Amino acid sequence: MKLPTPPALRTTVTNSPPRMKTVVRRLKFESELDLSFGEHVAERAYGQKLLSCIQCGTCSATCPLSHYMDYTPRKIIAMTREGFKDEVLNSLTIWLCASCYACTVQCPRQIHITDVMYALKREAIARGFYPARNPIPVLAKAFYERVRHDGRNTESRLLITLYLRTNPFKMLKEAMLGLHLFLTGRLSLKKEKIKGMKELRKMIDSVEPRKEAVPL
Amino acid sequence: MSYLYFPGCSLRSTGRPYEESILAVFRKLNIPLKELDDWNCCGATAYVSIDENRAFTLAARNLAIAERMQNNGNAGEDLMAPCSACYLVLEKTQHYMKTDEGVNTEVTAALRRGGFDYKGTTKVRHPLDILVNDIGIERIAKAVVRPMKGMKVACYYGCQVVRPFETFDHAAYPTTMDRLVTALGATAIDWPMKARCCGGSLTGTIQEAGLRLNRALLKEAEKRGANIILTCCPLCQHNLECYQKRINRRFGESIHIPVAYFTQFIGLALGIPRKELGIQRLFIPLKFADPPTKEAHAHA
Amino acid sequence: MPETNGHDAPRVGFYVCHCGHNIAGIVDVAEVARFAGTLPNVIVARDYKYMCSDPGQELIITDIREHRLNRIVVASCSPLLHEHTFRVATEKGGLNPFYFQMVNIREDVSWVTENHDAATHKALDLVRAAVRRVAHHRSLATKHVRIHPDVLVVGAGISGIHAALTLANAGKKVTLVEREPTIGGHMAMFDKTFPTLDCAACILTPKMSAVKNHPNITLWSYSEVSEVSGYVGSYTVKVKRKPRFVSEELCVGCMECIDACVYKEGKTPDEFNQGLSKRKPVYIPFPQATPQVVLIDPDTCIEFKSGRCKKTCVEKCDRNAIDFKQKEEIKEIQVGTIILATGFKTFDPKRIPYYGYGKYPNVYSSLEVERLVNASGPTGGDLVLRDGRHPKTVGIIHCVGSRDRNTNRWCSRTCCMYSLKLAHLLKEHSEAEVYNFYIDIRAAGKAYEEFYDKLLEENIHFIRGRVAEVTDWSARPEEEGKMIIRVEDTLIGVVRRVPVDMVVLAVGMEPQADSQDVRRMFNISCSTEGFFLERHPKLAPVDTFTDGIFIAGACQGPKDIPDSVAQAGAAAAQALSLIDAGEVELEPNTAYVVEESCSGCKSCLNICPYTAITRDETRQKAFINEALCKGCGTCVATCPSGAIRQNLFEDEQIFSEIEGLLQEKESVLTGGGAWRAPA
Repeated sequence: MKLPTPPALRTTVTNSPPRMKTVVRRLKFESELDLSFGEHVAERAYGQKLLSCIQCGTCSATCPLSHYMDYTPRKIIAMTREGFKDEVLNSLTIWLCASCYACTVQCPRQIHITDVMYALKREAIARGFYPARNPIPVLAKAFYERVRHDGRNTESRLLITLYLRTNPFKMLKEAMLGLHLFLTGRLSLKKEKIKGMKELRKMIDSVEPRKEAVPL
Repeated sequence: MSYLYFPGCSLRSTGRPYEESILAVFRKLNIPLKELDDWNCCGATAYVSIDENRAFTLAARNLAIAERMQNNGNAGEDLMAPCSACYLVLEKTQHYMKTDEGVNTEVTAALRRGGFDYKGTTKVRHPLDILVNDIGIERIAKAVVRPMKGMKVACYYGCQVVRPFETFDHAAYPTTMDRLVTALGATAIDWPMKARCCGGSLTGTIQEAGLRLNRALLKEAEKRGANIILTCCPLCQHNLECYQKRINRRFGESIHIPVAYFTQFIGLALGIPRKELGIQRLFIPLKFADPPTKEAHAHA
Repeated sequence: MPETNGHDAPRVGFYVCHCGHNIAGIVDVAEVARFAGTLPNVIVARDYKYMCSDPGQELIITDIREHRLNRIVVASCSPLLHEHTFRVATEKGGLNPFYFQMVNIREDVSWVTENHDAATHKALDLVRAAVRRVAHHRSLATKHVRIHPDVLVVGAGISGIHAALTLANAGKKVTLVEREPTIGGHMAMFDKTFPTLDCAACILTPKMSAVKNHPNITLWSYSEVSEVSGYVGSYTVKVKRKPRFVSEELCVGCMECIDACVYKEGKTPDEFNQGLSKRKPVYIPFPQATPQVVLIDPDTCIEFKSGRCKKTCVEKCDRNAIDFKQKEEIKEIQVGTIILATGFKTFDPKRIPYYGYGKYPNVYSSLEVERLVNASGPTGGDLVLRDGRHPKTVGIIHCVGSRDRNTNRWCSRTCCMYSLKLAHLLKEHSEAEVYNFYIDIRAAGKAYEEFYDKLLEENIHFIRGRVAEVTDWSARPEEEGKMIIRVEDTLIGVVRRVPVDMVVLAVGMEPQADSQDVRRMFNISCSTEGFFLERHPKLAPVDTFTDGIFIAGACQGPKDIPDSVAQAGAAAAQALSLIDAGEVELEPNTAYVVEESCSGCKSCLNICPYTAITRDETRQKAFINEALCKGCGTCVATCPSGAIRQNLFEDEQIFSEIEGLLQEKESVLTGGGAWRAPA
């Protein structure tokens, strides 16, 4: 299956309305949907009962980031269970979720929405459904590699990897902050590593990666 | 009363003053802490985005080490995790190992391969919970030598300490830290954003959104008359403090409010020298409304 | 104590009520009392916080005794609320209760203006009028009517059945009249019932046989009420019993005649199965029909059409039950009370052409689907479409003929829940992908939201949006051969095209086609949409404006089974309370004929809306039946020779009231202006 071209990630927040460029079709044919998507995601999110969602919008209203999202959390659930896979996995929403669990504690149907967002992130990473330079999956992957290698995460090294892979220019922008942290003794380049690395790697590798997970 | 201690990666870098102040305060209160043997990364939120079972396995190794230590001379000692992200991932791992059969089977098998036979007895605790509910506000208040009079504190809990499990406080209106700082002689301001998200790692990734969340928190704390914000999570502290300059530049604000760890604040009240609490590591210098008492000077 | 003589000079006691702040907040009640005290004949004038309270009533009683009062006026709320209260107090004081007059200064004054001066002024005018009027009041006697203990229940759906059984179990004789050949109504057609999913037949048929076997119930199926006369406690009802051409006494329902019919296959659409199967000219609606008696349809029977049938049915029937000569019968019964439980009809989806009903064979009404999924239905419960296919996708369209100003404005209340139920059943019968297209889900009954919650998790699609059209226009190859439902998914914000094999239209509930005729026959009212009107929407939901006639079930408005049964029970209880009281008190505000003035011109006969007036042919005079007269006054106004008068509305009473009102003309005309308290 050919992956859709990912849209460029817009990280500037603007209040001005988008300019009309082209006429876009907003009609959805049922054959464009993946009807098994909802169940698939629910299963990945420990059997979350997405179908019991009554679309009340409490999640969107309680989310501190929903006003920057392209689809509100409520809409993400509606689209997930109706099989709007491409829209959901391409959305900025899942990357904007900061895992604060505000939606989860308030949901009247007790859906663990944060866990659903995690499941969608994993799904998007596994299927390569994210904007090429979206730093979040890059950060997640870098973190994964770091930990698999050392058993611990050395923040300085993680950040360097992140900026190199996404936007080296940004590293310069962050240099002052890094320097400040370094000077106050809050950033060390010393690598943190655990002793039982062999045993840990054996454990991690024994866990079957999800079948859709990409090899790292 | 003694505890096993899981520092987590952050407390060894950006969160260094957090670790310093925790160790100093617990030492002062005569509560022994024993660092978890050869602990590894908790699994953290970013890891969960890649493969949740592997993330759970990472967290579970720490839980299993704790259980092993409990069985070897550290009986009944809970595992203290000061970083909110570590705290939650460890708790969440416990939760899903208990409630989800798939997670339990896979993680238990992985632990076995590492030589662990984990029974699930480890209890994960946050230092805020331990200080207030185990040690007790009264005992801490008795040890105060420098009452924090005139300090108006915005207690900021962030999200993952209270959500989603609400282990020791309310998910949206927590009060533990407020009660604690009140006992130290300070005034806790009431504000509705105690547990509103700081954006976590968004400041490093989708920075615009992350900065906006922090701006809202900082402005509201200032507006309500706070002269300090206290946090209990290294990421919250980092976001609220280290990005203040950038927020001012980006949005034309003039916010200037120190952001410290609640353990640093306790340490000061208990008369622990500033250096031992890592106060000098803060970007925004901590100033007091009242000059310190003689007693406190003498103690230092 | 001897009754105070009303012919003595009037001695009026006047009372004005504060009604908390309701009246006193606007009207200067102290001024009203002071003013009343200045009026002729007024002996006592008081204001009090709550006149309707026990101490308030006690004031009246004591004053009558101490001041030898013989007239009472209370200025307070509407007579609808407390006229009875104060009449009783008047009577307790030793007066005839009709020496009382009430002035409404709450609904008519304080609640309709914020202008204190104007309000007080109007109150004074009304009080003056009442004080003048009450001087002309006369002693009247209340009349009592005996209640015949038998009851007529019209309609034998679940409401009528439940009402009849309740009454019969209480020992009352009930005549249950049903238009169709079997009782059971719509409920008998349903497959399962929400939210419990118990089968409709399993819970209904025991009640049907109980009706049939109850010694206190006379069941007349295939019958219609043709005429009603009389009044509360004493109604005379004529019932037309249509011929079945099969003797109900002889037929045992063995159905061998049906097998023997010269038609090998049915040719007529089966009404009970919503036309989804065919029946023969001799038929029984369904196997558990009650009474279990076949009937012959003369329109399709060869014997009726040509008279040359071999009559194999007659040959086969060893009980000789078939009788081609059976005639329509008119029966007459006497009852004291009537319960109408005539039910509803479903909305005809052809009225919304966009949904393709009648055009695309696989568009069904919900009632058809009830039969289709029913194990005793036309396909034995096999979900096979009109074109022989089994559906892989089904779309259920909610609110068809409901919440729509183009058809019916009301919410039919049951469609959400039965659509959920049908979604569940369709999924169960076919494993098809089922879509619900809804505007809102209304699941307000007990355990209904929980049912919805359960259904949500059954992997059924819920698309919020009202469907615009159902077409067979395929825009893509995969839509070929399907019906395309076009809808805005308002939760996601896109227009969707959903191709389906089967469309179910969740049709709403409407009044029966002949509800207007029925309401005229029973002399009750309908609300604008045509459902029977209750006396009060909250406090008298099963009473009508005609005493002794009650309504139950969906004839009063869209209703599900639990609510229908509850109403039927309530209607039965209302009837029982009348029957057990034995008699009913009538308001003596009836018209009467002053015979010496009556010319016998008959002008009054036809204008009486209650058919209370007849002409006594021997005396050549009009005669008014007091039990039927409702005191509307139409005849009084019509009579050319002024021979008809009316109790409580005598000319001198009305004229003195008008004089009282107009005495200070300025006040009436200027309304809100500054008022002068009369000296």
